[in-house]
Amino acid sequence: MTTIDTSAPGERAARLNMAQFLSRYGTFAAFILLLLFNLIVTPNFLSWQTLNVNLTQVATIVIVAVGMTLVIATGGIDLSVGSLMAIAGTAAPMIFMGKLLPIENMGILIILSFILPVLLVMAFGWFNGMLVTRFSIQPIIATLVLFIAGRGIAQVATNGNLQVFKNPEFQFIAMGRIAGIPAQVIIMIIVAVLAHCLIRYTVIGRQIIAVGGNEKAARLTGIPVRRVKTFVYIVSGALAGIAGLIVVARNSASDANLVGLGMELDAIAAVAVGGSLLSGGRANIIGTVLGAFVIQLVRYTLLANGVPDAAALIVKAGLIIIAVFIQQRAKG
Amino acid sequence: MLKTLSRPFIPKSSGDFARLGVLLALAGLILFGALRYDNFISPFNILSFLRYNSMFALIALGMAFVIITGGIDLSVGGVAAMASVVAAYLSPYGWFPGLAGGMIAGLIAGSINGLIITRMRIQPFIATLAMMLAAYGTALLLANNQSVSVSYDTGFTTIGQDDFLGFPIPGWIAALAYVLGWIFLERHPAGRHVLAIGDGEATANLMGLKVEKTLFGVYALSGLLAGLAGVILASQFGAGQPTEGVGWELFAIASVVVGGTLLTGGSGSVGATLAGALLLAMVFNILNFENGLGWISLSAYWQSVIRGAFLLVVVVLQARLMKKTEA
Amino acid sequence: MLLSMQDISKAFSGVSALRSASLEIAAGEVMALVGQNGAGKSTLIKILTGAYQRDSGTILFEDEDVAFATPGASQAKGIATIYQEINLAPQRSVAENIYLSREPKTALGLLDRRAMRAGAAAVLKTFNLDIDVDMPVGHFSAATRQMIAIARAVTQKARLVIMDEPTSSLDEREVDILFQTIRTLKRNGVAVLFIGHRLDELYEICDRVTIMRDGQTVAHSAMADMPKMELVRHMLGKELAAFQAIARDTGDDEAKPVRLAVEGAGSGVRVRDVSVTVREGEISGLAGLLGSGRTETARIIFGVDKLEKGSIRIDGKERRYGEPADAIADGIGLVSEDRKIDGIIPDMSIRENMTLALLPKLKKAGIVDRARQQEIVTRYIKALGVKCASPDQPIKELSGGNQQKVLLARWLCTDPRILIIDEPTRGIDIGAKAEILKLLRNLADEGLSVLMISSELEELLAAADRVTVLSDGRSVAVLKRNELSETALLSAMAHQVN
Ligand SMILES: Nc1ncnc2c1ncn2[C@@H]1O[C@H](COP(=O)(O)OP(=O)(O)OP(=O)(O)O)[C@@H](O)[C@H]1O
Ligand SMILES: [Mg+2]
Repeated sequence: MTTIDTSAPGERAARLNMAQFLSRYGTFAAFILLLLFNLIVTPNFLSWQTLNVNLTQVATIVIVAVGMTLVIATGGIDLSVGSLMAIAGTAAPMIFMGKLLPIENMGILIILSFILPVLLVMAFGWFNGMLVTRFSIQPIIATLVLFIAGRGIAQVATNGNLQVFKNPEFQFIAMGRIAGIPAQVIIMIIVAVLAHCLIRYTVIGRQIIAVGGNEKAARLTGIPVRRVKTFVYIVSGALAGIAGLIVVARNSASDANLVGLGMELDAIAAVAVGGSLLSGGRANIIGTVLGAFVIQLVRYTLLANGVPDAAALIVKAGLIIIAVFIQQRAKG
Repeated sequence: MLKTLSRPFIPKSSGDFARLGVLLALAGLILFGALRYDNFISPFNILSFLRYNSMFALIALGMAFVIITGGIDLSVGGVAAMASVVAAYLSPYGWFPGLAGGMIAGLIAGSINGLIITRMRIQPFIATLAMMLAAYGTALLLANNQSVSVSYDTGFTTIGQDDFLGFPIPGWIAALAYVLGWIFLERHPAGRHVLAIGDGEATANLMGLKVEKTLFGVYALSGLLAGLAGVILASQFGAGQPTEGVGWELFAIASVVVGGTLLTGGSGSVGATLAGALLLAMVFNILNFENGLGWISLSAYWQSVIRGAFLLVVVVLQARLMKKTEA
Repeated sequence: MLLSMQDISKAFSGVSALRSASLEIAAGEVMALVGQNGAGKSTLIKILTGAYQRDSGTILFEDEDVAFATPGASQAKGIATIYQEINLAPQRSVAENIYLSREPKTALGLLDRRAMRAGAAAVLKTFNLDIDVDMPVGHFSAATRQMIAIARAVTQKARLVIMDEPTSSLDEREVDILFQTIRTLKRNGVAVLFIGHRLDELYEICDRVTIMRDGQTVAHSAMADMPKMELVRHMLGKELAAFQAIARDTGDDEAKPVRLAVEGAGSGVRVRDVSVTVREGEISGLAGLLGSGRTETARIIFGVDKLEKGSIRIDGKERRYGEPADAIADGIGLVSEDRKIDGIIPDMSIRENMTLALLPKLKKAGIVDRARQQEIVTRYIKALGVKCASPDQPIKELSGGNQQKVLLARWLCTDPRILIIDEPTRGIDIGAKAEILKLLRNLADEGLSVLMISSELEELLAAADRVTVLSDGRSVAVLKRNELSETALLSAMAHQVN
């Protein structure tokens, strides 16, 4: 896209510096502004309690949004993440409550209840990837299939009923702490760091960007375009699965109707606010993490200040536009 | 003369075949329904099918134009909900204020989308995602989180519920919109510009097209049609519904794509979009009939699995068709 | 003066691309604009047309002070432009592309499609192009698209037609047709601004010349008053090393082992029956008119398109590639014809674009070896003289010719055994051109087999050890070094074309 710049030279130069500043720190600036706003306005904002709530809630958004960033970097999109969260989040309790497998040993069941659901949704991710690569179906539609059917599958499996449980071992991923840090926050950090390194330093990472930048040219340089694309959908599926496990562990309950509902929009918004173009060819993991924090903080701010839901929606809309605008301004 | 340059053997566009595919699928479904269910092709079912699905068809039409430019409009469901509330509030003053109010509300929302996209250069996905939130927020604020009853005394409900010449009025509205939409896209220079812009904005700009104006117009149009759909919604169900419309955007996108339009923009057809919308709506209709047969009771959960599976079948078949013609 | 641009300056994020450049054109005059890759030619015309905005300077068009905000505005004022990277809407029909933004209308304000079709067919006929005007432009080769873009420009009833390297993908016949058109324009008082790297063409068609170097206009003169050597000296800022014929008269050709042997290859309607051989250490040329199947042959060899009949042997072993990756694994490289569509990843840096094909070999445990990457990139930037601010600059910011050099380096750094180059010097300036051909020759001497597709006879004559001529999807002649001459090539190329 060419931006047509019609402003006078002097004015342009001034804006350029401003733009350079914002490009580097745009999302960060939005984040800091939100923090400041809260410090002044929100009662009891500066407390461990607040930090804890926000960190644990942002963890799942970050985890899913990181997978989404990879998919978007190839020029795709994954609408199915919320439904995949529901599938994983439904399957895990069924496993450790012994409903699925005739195994008695609790230890093994717990381990399986981490592994099998994630493998299951990775298979669904692979399915998405196959639709996109082998059948050349456009990503938004290919993943719409599981967006619609995936939650249905989880609901059918449980008949739409709530599964309530109390299982400290399984729930360690959400309730546990390592050196005082919540386990899910640690998972979030590991996921983000790994993805960042993947994109920055590995061959497959660079190939992901190349495929999103110009698919035809990428193929002509010998990049296995199909494999690269399938890979990102599998990763996105796996990360959605992990997020699904965390959500049900946090709630001590699994509701197929609600787990991950609307997550795709939060994740996509986090990616966009974080500065990756939805048209592909760019992946900014740090940006995505900051984007997720901004979105979480917006939600928290509105909630903590008792803004009615309806008004909160409008404010959230405005803030998303402003945050993305700050980002884009930088690049234009 | 360089004869080798003309290549008469290659079909003009693989889209043509996809369009054929969607028509075949539609015919197949109708045939299936007609053979399986007693009242499937009764005038009652056909007319209520058209009455109910006209609003989706209108939204799909707007979406088709947006997608042809390479954009997307996620706000249509929210905008329709908001417009239905506005129309409901204005309905006591007459059918026309209700109709015009709802459409203007949609037009304003669409225009804001257009401005954000062209002026602030924010990607359509994000701009319209935000508008979706804002439109629902506005709808809920206006309606105090409740549905708003319309007036039954001013003829407002005629728009959604009555017939004209034996054909549902919403059906007339949608038919008119599609005819105009077809003429515009196929025969009007500005319609061709919409297609060219979808082919590449930078190129279109270098070729001297008014890219920003056209994009703005397309989003405004989509908003306007979503507003109209909201008016029909309020009129048909007797109330403005601030929480209705969830997932409409995906239905519309799927209709457009099933009609053989690429989300990357630059191609697309008004007629095939209509066929796509009818096809997807027909699946619901058939699921209802199946439940009515009473042999198996499909829970809502199974229905979503089946809908997903059906979408899968259609898009896979269509992708096959398009691939064949490309090879 | 029809057009007068004075003291134009322009910088891209601090790096200056134009420094008080000036340009004057009179009505009915054909002005040449020459300069090395990255000298600022394209930038200068984009500023004129409103695609970019100038930082300073004045532009008078028809004695009126103008500052076009968009290309549409300049077009409305009578400036028609063919940009260097062909800009047409690929999915729209030929007729629509020719008339886009100024369509003929019926009384109702709707499209007059009949007039459009007839008009388009008529203009194209004057270019000797007999194509279906209802077909999407994307179906046609780069050269045909170029002709369509030219047709679009000349039908705009413009006062000034700008052509940025219009001949870079055309063969001699089409260039002739284009020149006839330019002469007609000239007779009608239309001015033409012609950017090009082929000096002979410039001397043939242009009245005056403006020479650019490093963002400045360093000389203006009548073409006739500017000897070739002088022009080149202005352009390069130094004398050009003598342009020597670098092909060898090798009698012992046949002794060398055959590395690539294509026999009776066919695929689709474009390639019907092509046989080509490339021996070890040889530069083998592939010639033919536009649409004769040269590019398509390259794509088949490289595994981009499917081989439907015939065979491909590498070192005697039959190969059938499903994907370019397989061909690359066998040591083949392809520099494609259309760099915008098949070549560059626009937003990625020069460094990454250059090493994309090499990446799998640049890794240690899946991680890119940055130090080696940097070393390779620095080496090739220097070897090919890529003009850039830094290796981390996005490739889309480079001038066309410099992008081409990066793409060439992309394959050279993989150390291939067979290199297929589709139009190797497309858009490359005269100084760099000789060097690239020399580089290819040196690599061939070290054992590389080169299959060189070219529309420039001069280039084939200078560099190829043998030339296979294609016509209408068939290989119709193989000319050995000692049989090569312009007339021999031309008559072989004209084969079967009525
Ligand atoms: N959009 C851009 N951003 C940054 N730099 C640019 C941009 N466009 C051009 N440049 C720089 O400006 C200089 C002049 O480029 P230009 O395209 O005008 O060269 P040119 O004379 O047309 O060369 P060629 O013969 O290779 O086409 C180059 O150094 C190029 O890298
Ligand atoms: Mg140039």
